[in-house]
Amino acid sequence: MKLQALSIALTGSGGSGVMTTGSLLLEAAAKAGWYGFMSRSAGPQIRGGEAAAVIRLSSEPTESPDDSFDLVLAIDPDSMTRFATEIPLRADSLIISDAEAGRRGGCLPDVPGQVLDLPMKKLAKTIEGGRPNMIALGAIARVIGLPEASIYSVFEKILKSKGPDVIEASRACVQAGFNAGAGLPVIERLTAAADLDTERWSITGNEAAGLGAIRGGIRFVAAYPITPATELLEWLAASLPRVGGVLVQAEDELASINQVIGASFGGTPALTATSGPGLALMTESIGLAVCAEVPAVILDVMRCGPSTGIATKSEQSDLNIALNGLHGDAPHLVLAPTSITDCVFTTQWAVHLAESLQTAAIVLSDQSLGQARAIVKRPPDISFLTRRLVPESFEETYYRYAVSGSGGDSGVSPMSIPGQAGGQYTADGLEHNVAGAPSSMPEDHYAQLEKRERKINEFEYGQHWADLEGTGTTAVITWGSATGPVREALSRLREQGEDIRLISLRLLAPERPLEMAAALEGIKRLLVVEQSHSRQFYRYLRAAYDLNAETRLFNRPGPLPFRPNEIIQQLAGWVGEVTT
Amino acid sequence: MNDETLNVQLQPKQYKSAVKPVWCPGCGDFGVLGSITKALAGLKVQPENAAIISGIGCSSRMPTYLSTYGFHGVHGRALALATGLKTARPDLTVIATGGDGDGFSIGGNHFLHTCRRNPDMTYIVMDNQVYGMTKGQASPTTEPNWQRGKLTPAGTGINPFQPLAIALASGANFIARCSSSDSNGTARILMQAIRHPGFSMVQVLSPCVTFRPEQREWKNMLIAAPVAMQATSDPAEAARLLLTDEGIYTGILYVGERPVYQPKLESSIDDIAEFEEEFRI
Amino acid sequence: MTDNSNDPVRTIGSTEELLAYSLAMESEAVDRFNDLAEQMEVHHNYEVADLFRKLAKIEGLHIDNVNRAAEGKQLPNLLAWEYQWQGGESPEGGLMEEAHYLMQPWHAIELAMHGEMRAAAFYRHVAETAVDDNVLKMALELVAEEDEHVALLQKWQKRFPKPAEGWDEDLDPPAMLE
Repeated sequence: MKLQALSIALTGSGGSGVMTTGSLLLEAAAKAGWYGFMSRSAGPQIRGGEAAAVIRLSSEPTESPDDSFDLVLAIDPDSMTRFATEIPLRADSLIISDAEAGRRGGCLPDVPGQVLDLPMKKLAKTIEGGRPNMIALGAIARVIGLPEASIYSVFEKILKSKGPDVIEASRACVQAGFNAGAGLPVIERLTAAADLDTERWSITGNEAAGLGAIRGGIRFVAAYPITPATELLEWLAASLPRVGGVLVQAEDELASINQVIGASFGGTPALTATSGPGLALMTESIGLAVCAEVPAVILDVMRCGPSTGIATKSEQSDLNIALNGLHGDAPHLVLAPTSITDCVFTTQWAVHLAESLQTAAIVLSDQSLGQARAIVKRPPDISFLTRRLVPESFEETYYRYAVSGSGGDSGVSPMSIPGQAGGQYTADGLEHNVAGAPSSMPEDHYAQLEKRERKINEFEYGQHWADLEGTGTTAVITWGSATGPVREALSRLREQGEDIRLISLRLLAPERPLEMAAALEGIKRLLVVEQSHSRQFYRYLRAAYDLNAETRLFNRPGPLPFRPNEIIQQLAGWVGEVTT
Repeated sequence: MNDETLNVQLQPKQYKSAVKPVWCPGCGDFGVLGSITKALAGLKVQPENAAIISGIGCSSRMPTYLSTYGFHGVHGRALALATGLKTARPDLTVIATGGDGDGFSIGGNHFLHTCRRNPDMTYIVMDNQVYGMTKGQASPTTEPNWQRGKLTPAGTGINPFQPLAIALASGANFIARCSSSDSNGTARILMQAIRHPGFSMVQVLSPCVTFRPEQREWKNMLIAAPVAMQATSDPAEAARLLLTDEGIYTGILYVGERPVYQPKLESSIDDIAEFEEEFRI
Repeated sequence: MTDNSNDPVRTIGSTEELLAYSLAMESEAVDRFNDLAEQMEVHHNYEVADLFRKLAKIEGLHIDNVNRAAEGKQLPNLLAWEYQWQGGESPEGGLMEEAHYLMQPWHAIELAMHGEMRAAAFYRHVAETAVDDNVLKMALELVAEEDEHVALLQKWQKRFPKPAEGWDEDLDPPAMLE
């Protein structure tokens, strides 16, 4: 069934409370049985700058922006200008604004759409403690057919800390706005209340990753704050103590990764979260985890690079450093969630893999997943038998890095935990022999390199390595957050009878040549989609796999997300005439 | 730490691993190795309940030569490794070892912050005022007019780092200076350092006979701090000594009662499904 | 030198205690000579390694002597670092510092001699400060023994040439390992 959805942008500045309004709208829509997701944009000021809350509401779960927006509500007109490129509009889009709220002759940008005036500022003044953004909220509800009651039902949750007076004033404003919206056009796409029976959650990608980590068994986190990972750390800081774990705010990323390795060496599954600049700092020590064979999970919530880049915007440009950033030959795991919901699964799986394979796992999330809040179906419970291979008894000499033996030929050697008598060894970043003593002998280097590579390559990853959907001889291959828009594009094409396959990689390292060959079986045409200026994913595919198909590449760096019609356009000539 | 009375009394030799040290004969680190084995034996710490954590450098080879658990990590990060381990495993006896370069140059930041955090561990720095492992460069504790370093042939010309004064100011809870040539005395001080809660900083002056052979004379220059000034718990008193003694006073120079970092690791929920509450619509 | 913290230096009050100290010294010497032998082996200085093994054996014989003298006596059970040596480090503890990877047999004997001289000095101090006649007697005997050891070592040392200037010259520079 075609997705029923509408896209709304709220803009405002100078403390107009746009983010709060957007959150209320999303939560209220969820209460009414709708799905949706919200992302945010802001100007550089810490407070009082321009802000935009960008929301898509839908009848089915979705994590793709639409091609254009149906409604913009600009609490003050000048606030919209900064975000004009992020808010594409059509001639029939609605722009509701408050002409009186502009400053110094500020006005709306020159964009398509039907401009309507709503005197939010004036209306707010008629209510004690009234604020224009609450008027706006009421008006939006009227326009999109969202029941007033849904909004009131979420006030407790979101405005609780502001006190009963604020809640009362807000209620009055919403009501006033709702009434004032009576004269406005109506966008009736979601009036049929959708899904009230399925258990649904409101969750951000960062929270989802945190939950996945705890489900996977993480009980120690050391980290240094960095945008856009900080909310993940905040969630873990509050949540870990409930399960007997702890988060340590370290002095920098170097301390963070090393504390993680230390805790893990002690037997406690451990994780850190950062963004590109932090990951770059950590690379030496991630190599230590690989060489000493200590499990460690490093979550990178990617942002625009290089260097400090654009901290608040998403991009898929840390693939190179995640795959190849460790010096020496240091095979390790690289995974990437494909959606906000998938942040739960992929993080949990990463913990399972790191623990089972005694190595480092880098999980590439990004800002568009991490900081977006989505209404999703409850993520299913998965239980891996997450288990580190720990010896139960010891011989006279314990060979921590035995290349084969009681662990079989998997390359995974049992790892003693401090406290176990007879299991003492010194973990080392120096190359070592099977007992762990430092060694510069060629045979030890060959043997240990081979062991560390074998354990990762020969593991049974199962079907989780990629999401494979659809049939046909044309495929779109992508990863991470680009998957959402690709899925929607292909869904639209499917409704028009075009069958295109989706391949979205979840496991990027190690390479899966057999599985990829099977996935590409019968594919004659391949579109690569990625959010990187230097085509990092395309180059990775070319290096790792035989593509054996006519290949096109659609790449763009951040900060703008992909939209489904852009992807459909990239398939021009490969598909029939498509009405988007 | 474990209840000492229940533990088996081992001989110091039993804390040595089978790996033969590669240090130059005459190196002060041999004495420190001996002191660590004596201290662990004296405290009846079972080898499987101790972990020696190090970075990179000659003295950072220490874990390999002991029969405890150990981690030979990357340059400068021993204290971070040790902090993570101790926080997650408060039951272990955690000792970090290393040199003046590893600890105060690349490791300087972690040194400061670990003193601040004051976890219950002991840090033994074998200070020889040179980078031995990489062939003899000046280190943060090298005197400014030492002209034998090939990267600083005119001498560094800059102030040497004063680790004990910094440790005191940053929040360490036990500060001592020893000489590697007094293996027994160092052992006694290490026992007290390990017993004392919080971050115990022990600077052991340990000559490098290859790059600073003149340091063989060190032991004749060091003197015990006056008894009245030893083991003070007054940071101002200790600061005065540490900033004026030109690094020659040995003994326990500060014993504090600063709060120790050790989060309680106690679960308050039975089922992680309880986390889902906050997400449910 | 680091002193014994705040503990006052005790006078040795009994022959049992003196024997315990003697035993501690000789045991320490055995361990140190074996450690030195191992260091020499690691550095491929086999002639000196063998010599240190011999010296370890000799000290072992001294232990036998002390044990014989201690027969029937109950010695206090002190751990190695609980002994209080005049001036801090035990007489045999300083052995390791004089080592050098290129040292020659002459140096090794010199090193051993210094140890014996320090031991003699210790026993002399015990004798000078003794309040118990038996302790005094035993201490003087021990001084005599140590002096004898020194004489034997001097004789032994004559078999080896005194190393000439430049004995410690190594044409190769130090290796950089990490």
